This record gives sequence, C-alpha cells and structure tokens, in this order.
Amino acid sequence: MQIQDFFRYTFNGIRAQRLRSFLTALGIAVGIGAVVLLTSLGEGLHHFVLGEFTQFGTNLIAINPGKITTHGVSGALLSNVRPLTIEDSASLKQLPHILDVVSVVQGNGAIEAGTHQRRATIYGVDASAARVWKFGVAAGRFLPDDPPRSARSFVVLGSKVRKELFGNNQALGERIRIGGELFRVIGSMESKGQMLGFDLDDAVYIPAAKAMALFNRESLMEIDLLHSAGSSSSAVAEKVKKALQARHGKEDFTITTQEKMLEILGGVLNTLTIAVGALGGISLLVGGVGILTIMSITVNERTGEIGLLRAMGVERNQILVLFLGEAVILAAIGGLAGLVIGVGGSWLFSLIVPALPAHISWAYVASAELLAAFVGLLAGVLPARRAAGLHPVEALRAE
Amino acid sequence: MISLQHIERVFQVGDEEVHALRDVSMTAAGGEYIAIMGPSGSGKSSLLNILGLLDRPDSGSYELDGVKVSELDEKEQARIRRHKIGFVFQFFHLVPRLTAFDNIALPLMLAGMKQDERQERVTAALAAFGLANRAQHRPDQLSGGQRQRVAIARATIMQPSVILADEPTGNLDRNAGIEVVEILEELNHQGITLIIVTHDPELGKRARRQILMVDGRIEDDR
Repeated sequence: MQIQDFFRYTFNGIRAQRLRSFLTALGIAVGIGAVVLLTSLGEGLHHFVLGEFTQFGTNLIAINPGKITTHGVSGALLSNVRPLTIEDSASLKQLPHILDVVSVVQGNGAIEAGTHQRRATIYGVDASAARVWKFGVAAGRFLPDDPPRSARSFVVLGSKVRKELFGNNQALGERIRIGGELFRVIGSMESKGQMLGFDLDDAVYIPAAKAMALFNRESLMEIDLLHSAGSSSSAVAEKVKKALQARHGKEDFTITTQEKMLEILGGVLNTLTIAVGALGGISLLVGGVGILTIMSITVNERTGEIGLLRAMGVERNQILVLFLGEAVILAAIGGLAGLVIGVGGSWLFSLIVPALPAHISWAYVASAELLAAFVGLLAGVLPARRAAGLHPVEALRAE
Repeated sequence: MISLQHIERVFQVGDEEVHALRDVSMTAAGGEYIAIMGPSGSGKSSLLNILGLLDRPDSGSYELDGVKVSELDEKEQARIRRHKIGFVFQFFHLVPRLTAFDNIALPLMLAGMKQDERQERVTAALAAFGLANRAQHRPDQLSGGQRQRVAIARATIMQPSVILADEPTGNLDRNAGIEVVEILEELNHQGITLIIVTHDPELGKRARRQILMVDGRIEDDR
C-alpha cells in the first residue's frame, strides 16, 4: 500500500463521521491546549522569577554568619558563633577577582521628616551597594566611600519613602530622623519595584556602621561579594572560604553563590512547570479515553469492511496499522488544534497579565504534538488489535 | 485447478460440536462453472470459506493451482487471496464511504499499485461493467444491480483465477439477478473458474456442474 493511499484511506474513515471525529479530536485538543497553556505559564513564571533574582546581577556571592546544616538551621540563632565583622568584609576585598564588597545590616525603623513619619526597611550598606546590586540613583548620589567605621550620617532614600515623606518637595540636603538619630539626605533611588513581595522602594540606605549602632548590633547580617564576570563563582567562593576560615579559625559561615542559588531555583521552577503540565496531562488522558471509545465503536461498525479487506488479501498486521493510523491521525489533528488553543491562550494571557508573560517553549509545543500522537497510538492499540484479531468469516457475517 | 481431499471442519457451538464439513473431497478443473447447492446449514458456506482461504480445515488438504495452500501460513494465504481469488457476496460488501471507482480500485490500492496505473484499469473495468457514468457515486446512490456489478468489478480487478460467489443474486430482484448471473457467466467464458453458492434451484441449474450438499457431506455431484 502506497503511503499516500494509506493516508487517503484513513482520512476518509475520519471524514466519514465528521461530527464524531470532531468531538473526539476536540477532547485531545483540550488536553493538548491545557498542557501547552499550563507549561507556558510555568515557563513564564520560571523566566519571571529568575529575572527577579538576577536583577541584582549574576556574579554575586553572599556570606551569612553561621554554618547552615543539612536541616537548614542557621547557627546565627546560637550565641557561640563568631559574627561577621566590617573588618572581615574589608579583608575579603583584597582577594583576587573580587570587584566589590557590600556589608549588609537590615532592619525596620521609624523615619521622620518634619511632621511626616513612616516605617520602612533600613539597609545598612557600603558605598559599593549601588554598584553591586545595580541600583540606579535618581537624584543626588549614593553613599560616599567613607572609612567604614567612621562613616558620616548620610542617608539615601528609596523612591517610595522619598515620595511619602517629601511629596514633590526637594529632599536633597534635608535632615531626617532615623531611629531618633539625624541623617542628611544626599540622594534618592530610582524605583526598583517589588521582589517577591519585598518593596525595595520602601527602604532607606545608610552606612553599615550606623545601622549596626542603630540596631545595637555587633556584627553584619550578610556580606555580598561581586566577582569579575570571567571568574568561576565556585572557584572564587572556595578562595573566600579559605580566607575567612583563616580569620575565624573554623567554618562558622555560609557561602551562597548566585549561580548555585539560581541552579536550585531553576530546578524548583522546572519541577513546578512539569507539575502543572501533568495537570494538563490529566485532561489529555481523558481525551485519550475518548479516542479509545470512538475507535472501539468504529471497529464495531466497520467489522464487515474488515472482513472484506481480509478477503481481499490484507494481512492482520496491515489491518492493525490501518486502524492505529486512524487513531493517531485523529489524535494528531486534535493535537494541532490544541496547539492553536494553547498558544492562543497563552498569548491572550500575556495580554491580560503582562507582568507574568507566558513563555511558549517550542520544545514543549513540539513534544506536546508528539504526545498527542502517542496518546492516539496508545488509545488505538486495543481497538486496532481487536480489528486485526477478527476472524474474516465472522467479520464478513457482521453486515 | 482445485483439489480438496478429506476436508473436515468442526465448530464448537456452546458445548455442542457441529460438523460443518465431513470428509469432503472434490476437484475442479480451471474454467469450470460449479453451483454448490443445499439447504441452509448444509455446509455450503463453510465449503466456500475453505475454498476462499478465509477459514482453515481441521484436517484434510487443499491444493490450488498446484500449491498446497492448506499448509501455507497466514501471510502467504493472504497473498493467494489477493492474487488468485475474487469474492462476490450476497450483501455486496462495498465500503459505504468510497465511490464506485474507489471501491473497485481498493484491491489495487491495497496491493500497492500507483494511482496513475490504477486509473486506467479501473476506468476500463467501469466501462466493461456498464458503470462508466456511475464512477463517482457512492454505494447508497446505486441500485442493487449496480452495487453487485461494482462488487464483481472489484472481485475481478486483480484478474483472479477463481471467483467465489456466495448467493450473488440473493439480495437482488429477478431482472438484476439475471443480469448479474450473466455477467458472472461471461467471466467464466473468459476462463475464470466460477463457483456459486446458492439455494436457488433455478440459478443452480444454469451451472454446468452442480454439487449438492446435505449435512456437511457432498450428497450429489453431477
């Protein structure tokens, strides 16, 4: 049998029952549409979250006090851990490949400007923070590069804090109170938006040493390192670990490279994508059952035809292939329609929710179509085997 | 040339064994015209199924054109059916969704002949059976006689050596029936072996040789 005749014959069988074939294909279409749409949303979320995390740059290494054990309990909760100090931070800056170091202390506090007051996040950082975290300054400048221990009382406002406290008035040069102490505003930041619920604009930035005094802390909460783009983050992390171990005598800190974090995060998000894809897979399964049902009915109805084909010298295997082919083509047509539904749906979704753009991965689309054909194949096996197993005499008697 | 030797066929119906064929032996030379007759349940259809390789005997041997076909496997039997045997059925067995043209072309298509080669042969067959202006009609748009002519055209398109017809006029009115029988007889004149199963004595009488079956045995052969 010529291949084009094979397709003509099976297509003919599908076309002969238009409504029924349409409904059956629709089942698969909905399934594939759901798989494509949901995986697109999953991928979109993936890109969105990774984008959020890489907006601070990608060559980052974070050091936190305390050794995180496999249970993830930070030693910082215990008192016998030697804290990270501003001196640690300064010493790390001398290491090769390290471009910048940021000492970080974070807390909440009341910020007063004249009669206005607002509680906001207070970041105690170094002058390098704007460079390392890729924050843009909207007006004035970021904190100056003062000696860490004797930094002057300057503050840089996040865009939201600036707007809440000063409205349209000039903020530069004004004095504000943070936790009762006076600071002079020397700059304000560009809006950076939210990251996973943290409003980065609802914050102020002051020198780390000042923040330590403010929160009555002896030590830093985190040290962020920016390493050169060409260097391997794990190699740099290893050097940092050695240097800090030499200073502390033991490993009482945890180093997290951005690379590692993104890797873990990517893994989690991929699992999520697969999970929502599997949800769509359930409707695909239902569509497959639809094909199974319709093909069983088709084999019943065409029993006489099967007998005829056998009488004309068609072998069992060819009968099997003919009916399998019909199931696969039916599913593939449904799959194509499903791709249109899924791709169109994700396009519509990105129009409605532009913040979370659905990302269509063509590898997913291609595998979804293959999946549809595979579902058809699987659903077709039982009816096609029944068709092939019919005794020609019995089959001929059916009509 | 057909030769059946000591064919036995037993069916299991419930717990009962039904002897459809008992020690059936017969030979038929090429180009013969045979009517197999008998009351219903006499085994004439079972015999036709054995002759058409649609069914295997429980014992005995069947030789067709010098080949012991009863010993062939399913694949080779299918090949023999494809090339040597044409079937004509009481209920025509046309594929309802295909046109007359495509129904006749079906055996050629299944045998893998290319479309342009089929075109010529099927067109010639349509003309020969008086169906030239019915080529694009589907079975439900054809009369009974026309349907059976399409079926005969399909049965002969592969140029078989034997035509097996099971009650070919059973579902036709008298005139259409006579017309169909005359077509089959004309094919027989051209050298095809024609074996008709019927319980219509009038149709049976037209054959040069009549085999009467009763209770699974050949009762009379003349």
